[in-house]
Amino acid sequence: MAAEALGWWGVPLAIAAGTMRGGTPFLFVSLGECLTEKSGKINLGLEGTLLMGAMSAYAISYLTGSPWLGVLVAGIAGVFLGLIHGWLSQQPRVNDVAVGIAMIVFGSGLAFFLGKPFIQPSAPQLATINLAAAGAPPALQSALQISPLFLLGVAIAPFLHWFFKSTRWGLFIRAVGDSPDAARAMGLSIFNVRMLSVVAGSFLAGIGGASLSLYYPGVWTERISSGQGLMAVALVIFARWNPIQCLWASLLFGGAQALGPALQSVGIEQGYYLFNAAPYILTLIIMIITCSPKRTLTGVPGALGTDN
Amino acid sequence: MSNQRFLGLSRRQVIRGLLATTAFGVTAKLGTGCSRSASEGASGADGSDSITLGFIYVGPKDDYGYNQAHAEGAAGIAAKYNWLTIVEEANVPETTSVEESMRSMIDLDGAVAVFPTSFGYFDPHILKLAEEYPEVQFFHCGGLYQDGVHPKNVGSYYGYIDEAQYVSGIVAAMTSKTGKLGFIAAKPIPQVLRNINSFTLGARSVKPETTTQVIFTGNWAEPVKEAEAANSMADQGIDVLTCHVDSPKVVMETAERRGIFSTGYHANQAELAAKGYLTGAEWDWTTVYSKYAEDIRAGKTLTDGSIPHVVRGGIKEGFCKLSDYGPAVSAEAKQAADAALAQFQDGSLVIYKGEVKDNTGKVVVTSAEELKQQDPKLEQMNYLVEGVIGSVS
Repeated sequence: MAAEALGWWGVPLAIAAGTMRGGTPFLFVSLGECLTEKSGKINLGLEGTLLMGAMSAYAISYLTGSPWLGVLVAGIAGVFLGLIHGWLSQQPRVNDVAVGIAMIVFGSGLAFFLGKPFIQPSAPQLATINLAAAGAPPALQSALQISPLFLLGVAIAPFLHWFFKSTRWGLFIRAVGDSPDAARAMGLSIFNVRMLSVVAGSFLAGIGGASLSLYYPGVWTERISSGQGLMAVALVIFARWNPIQCLWASLLFGGAQALGPALQSVGIEQGYYLFNAAPYILTLIIMIITCSPKRTLTGVPGALGTDN
Repeated sequence: MSNQRFLGLSRRQVIRGLLATTAFGVTAKLGTGCSRSASEGASGADGSDSITLGFIYVGPKDDYGYNQAHAEGAAGIAAKYNWLTIVEEANVPETTSVEESMRSMIDLDGAVAVFPTSFGYFDPHILKLAEEYPEVQFFHCGGLYQDGVHPKNVGSYYGYIDEAQYVSGIVAAMTSKTGKLGFIAAKPIPQVLRNINSFTLGARSVKPETTTQVIFTGNWAEPVKEAEAANSMADQGIDVLTCHVDSPKVVMETAERRGIFSTGYHANQAELAAKGYLTGAEWDWTTVYSKYAEDIRAGKTLTDGSIPHVVRGGIKEGFCKLSDYGPAVSAEAKQAADAALAQFQDGSLVIYKGEVKDNTGKVVVTSAEELKQQDPKLEQMNYLVEGVIGSVS
């Protein structure tokens, strides 16, 4: 039992814990979308992928008793949806945004349909890594229970950065995304590179879904994502297609989610609707600060959203 | 690639494929089209007597919450009466899609009465359809019917589940070591406020120094915010949590993980929190739906007044009940709770009786007043009583 109250210290603690707990799905989806968009395609369908990942991870964890297997299957479910999107969106005269919206409906519909029997049961959760000493206050212990998935996501961000910057494969993806004609001249198959990027991105988004259902909040319900997949897609623009900035942006959004409840719990009673809207207000503020009429968005892949 | 070919298929192949898909779709629709769960030998035996009722839910039917409670009630009457057929539809948003659901239940399935259970279905969707189908009866769960303003074929039913919340509050206060209780609520509307207030008044009836911290998440289903709220409250030393959201699952599981107690809402959540679950306020819609089904079968209608427009009830009338006590509930707590329960059963306990102050110090129920559950004043509640930490604005 938490005998002693934390008082005001609860707010920064909740925000810090929220960045790690709530930020994990944002992190995976935004990294996946970053990879996809670097190759010149947009995948709005990651909202559906997130739900599909959450559902399949929970179902497999419940059926087999192994949460890690659930994480893997969530990734595979992501790959499956990614294959559909990657193939469809590259057909002639097909718009990838439209396909993405269709994939949101398809992915979430499929997840709701297959997930019906798994709303009630409780599935085994992923084990957490406890960083706090055994004698620390229970509140601190709870805040420092870090998911291995979060650590994985934090590791993937710099890796992806390095991958884009310093590897031949990273160069291929950037070439396809920035200038498909140049890539074609290099002898690359644009279809294959984009396909692989979309599939790998969806794999990551699927794992993001697993962190929702197997770590935090740790249940499967049909409202579990509540638009987090779409928000993460927007995060990528906000992060200027840079994986390291995706990491910071995800942490910021995760922390902002915790702000409303934490402030109410210490007795800030006024304006909780405003605090609950904190993530969105934050986006607006930062967009206003970082935008400039003198230049266009930096870092945007040249062929993003075009038809070739 | 030639222009006549689509994905390498000839026009003939494409047409054949489309025909096959359509044929499959039609047969599949015929086979499994609607989720009609008829009880055995329902229609056909005596066609004139059998009736069809439609139930519409805003979320999934097995969410451990509001919708599950209603679906259990519907399943309860379907199993009870062999002359009854129910048609159900889950996950219907509070938009024009609920009108479509009602229309198809009435036109296609022949429902004589529909039960759209979610609060937001009422205005304008039910009101619109009620005027369009004057011969069909519409029963809405929530309590917004106004005589003379709304169509005659609309009825409203709701339970005084705050009686069960009051008893839960007693158990919570007797179990809490810190004297701090937590309430995670969706929106500050009268039904929610009434639950928070009754829970607190129950707690303070046995331990007057108890406080209830309330957190509003802003919407009915916000799993991440509910989990954040539960964690923040645990950090503040609150050791019993309860809630009024669509699905209490997240709150119960988070409380159990943090090693604190919880009391349930809507349905029984004991399996989710084996150690910390104390008790809970549960709906018992089977009672209500049985009464309606029998009335409708007997030919009674809302329009001629033989079915009352507003149906209300509490523990005494069997509209709600308490979950079985969990292992952490002490003998004294059980005794105090059972005493209150018995008083609700014989109708001698009135929750809102003077003098009650709100948490800004204003008197909301004067010492001369005694607001019985049926009092319309209670359905317009817009305050939090003394002992609740929070604000409605």
